[in-house]
Amino acid sequence: MFRSHVMICGGTGCTSSGSDKISAEFQRQLERHGLQNEVKVVRTGCFGLCALGPIVVIYPEGSFYSRVREEHVEWIVTEHLLKGRPVRSLLFDETVDGERIKSLDQTGFYKKQKRVALRNCGVINPENIDEYIAYDGYAALGKALTQMTPDQVIQTVLDSGLRGRGGGGFPTGRKWQLACADRGKVKKYVCCNADEGDPGAFMDRSVLEGDPHAVIEAMAIAGYAIGADKGYVYVRAEYPIAVKRLRIAIEQARDYGLLGENIFDSGFDFDIEIKLGAGAFVCGEETALMTSIEGNRGEPRPRPPFPAVKGLFGKPTILNNVETYANIPQIILNGPEWFASMGTEKSKGTKVFALGGKIRNTGLVEVPMGTTLREIVEEIGGGIPEGKQFKAAQTGGPSGGCIPAELLDTPIDYEHLSAIGSMMGSGGLIIMDEDTCMVDIAKFYLEFTVDESCGKCTPCRVGTKRLLELLEKITNGEGTMRDLERIEELAEFVKNNSLCGLGQTAPNPVLSTLHYFRDEYLAHIQDKRCPAGVCKALLVYKIDPDKCRGCTLCARACPSDAIVGSVRVPHSIDTNKCVKCGACMETCRFGAISKG
Amino acid sequence: MKSLKELEAIRDRMRQTVATRENDQNAVRVVVGMATCGISAGARPVLNTLVEEIARENVAGVQVTQTGCIGICQYEPVVEVFEPDGGKTTYVKMTPEKAIRVVHQHLMQGKPVEEYTIGALTK
Repeated sequence: MFRSHVMICGGTGCTSSGSDKISAEFQRQLERHGLQNEVKVVRTGCFGLCALGPIVVIYPEGSFYSRVREEHVEWIVTEHLLKGRPVRSLLFDETVDGERIKSLDQTGFYKKQKRVALRNCGVINPENIDEYIAYDGYAALGKALTQMTPDQVIQTVLDSGLRGRGGGGFPTGRKWQLACADRGKVKKYVCCNADEGDPGAFMDRSVLEGDPHAVIEAMAIAGYAIGADKGYVYVRAEYPIAVKRLRIAIEQARDYGLLGENIFDSGFDFDIEIKLGAGAFVCGEETALMTSIEGNRGEPRPRPPFPAVKGLFGKPTILNNVETYANIPQIILNGPEWFASMGTEKSKGTKVFALGGKIRNTGLVEVPMGTTLREIVEEIGGGIPEGKQFKAAQTGGPSGGCIPAELLDTPIDYEHLSAIGSMMGSGGLIIMDEDTCMVDIAKFYLEFTVDESCGKCTPCRVGTKRLLELLEKITNGEGTMRDLERIEELAEFVKNNSLCGLGQTAPNPVLSTLHYFRDEYLAHIQDKRCPAGVCKALLVYKIDPDKCRGCTLCARACPSDAIVGSVRVPHSIDTNKCVKCGACMETCRFGAISKG
Repeated sequence: MKSLKELEAIRDRMRQTVATRENDQNAVRVVVGMATCGISAGARPVLNTLVEEIARENVAGVQVTQTGCIGICQYEPVVEVFEPDGGKTTYVKMTPEKAIRVVHQHLMQGKPVEEYTIGALTK
């Protein structure tokens, strides 16, 4: 029996900052002090507060150690685990309150969170099926198979109000219902979309890394509901930890007979296969994803027929996102009323967001639907670092839009986000501060969609490229007012005529920035100026002769000899030679150099 | 896996293991002094006995943790029991055998073992 558990984050973020080594060092130090039979080291999934990684939490005290380094480990072992004195200087400072150590859920980051899909992340060892079972794992599958009919399962999911977490927001129960006819008579498939592709999004990755059994259990439940005996998880190969843990989890489930034949003696058979994707963004689109599983080039096809009628290998198929599945076992166990009690009228439950960009607490958060953007940014996210001003929040990645400061109090749910020209998307939430140029951001997302367009349909392949060229013209200072009209016209055309979701939503970042930050576009076009000081072609560096002391530091730092002037005489910049690298501004000690 | 019973058996067996991770604010806290003075007086076997006995008897709502030196080194090993309502019992000169009795009498039946407390010793 272990008296203490050392939980070390094994998510991607903490692993890349060295948590593997920390784990090995803990094991070594524990053995050195003869504690290996008293203290257990557990590798977990993501705790969420990635900005403070690598994270180590020690129970039963629940002490939260942040930014742990290898050399700290001996200290923690001898002080905390041997002598019972938590090392205060290494604890997350928000949990230290004088003599008392506060529990994590009292900190700003966790206080407003509600963990449903992430409930086991950071709590269990994802490579140990017994730990998943300890937290009621596979009890939902057992309940469904032994006490419910397939129709009751579907009705439960319908009643819960769960909607697709991959971005579309289609009611999950409805999707299952559409595919449930002729159970046992036709071959059907259950697919899981783990092809998370939005830049800055890592929700699905974290669920797979931290709680892979939840996805397996939910897929088996879905299989029972629609009458399928085979499931596929389509996951990108660039998620090695997620793939490895999923493989281990599937093996363990098979060993326990939770996958395979005659599960729970109910006559129901189900097994799961993993398909690795090469990381093309378009393969997150359902028809492209299934085409890719079939072994063909990942390209979408027109709908109808919808996958529920004619999907994978031409058979009825349901496809849900990782986070959607992660909610299912708890809906079955706790009942649809429990789930529907969280969230807003039309958006039930919680949503996981990957919080990134110019924000203090970068990481993974899960909040009830209807939480406002302000609560997420200011309370959970801890605000913008370096005292900068909030400018916009980007949701929905390359398919979404930018939300300006005046709409910070918008409750986050499917309806509200689309009403303000953005979308829920899969849950990437990127915060931008005053130093961000909104035209440049629109250009960034469009570059992404141009790269990722599969090329099958013309509106997307050619349209996004032409849009990007127009934006480049503007950021180069060559834009005209006529170009703005062209952008709007073309954006509408691409939206309405593209074959799949990729093209249909690709113009959103441009349209939403144009709507909320039109003045920035106008500044680029009419004043030939980039207000945030990002677009290089429009920047002019200037030396204020009143502040310049003629110290020559800037002239020596300049790589292109663009700064002229002699000692103790105010210098000046030759704009023809200036390459706008900003080196002079960084070296100046008198704040004499400005850009604009 | 052929029945819910099999699943429940695994769950119940694992529950004890993961219970350590439940940071229950309403738990009875059993705190063992584990500074140098405590360790040299034999606090480690006391601590481990407490953990094992609580697991063996399936006592719920009890959290065993450690602390440093509380300043009465001559009475080590010291074990303090904090009730959620703020009540505190201080056991001194503990041994693994005494620890087992504390688990059974105090933690399971709610009756502190008066003769092991600091009050009985200094009387």
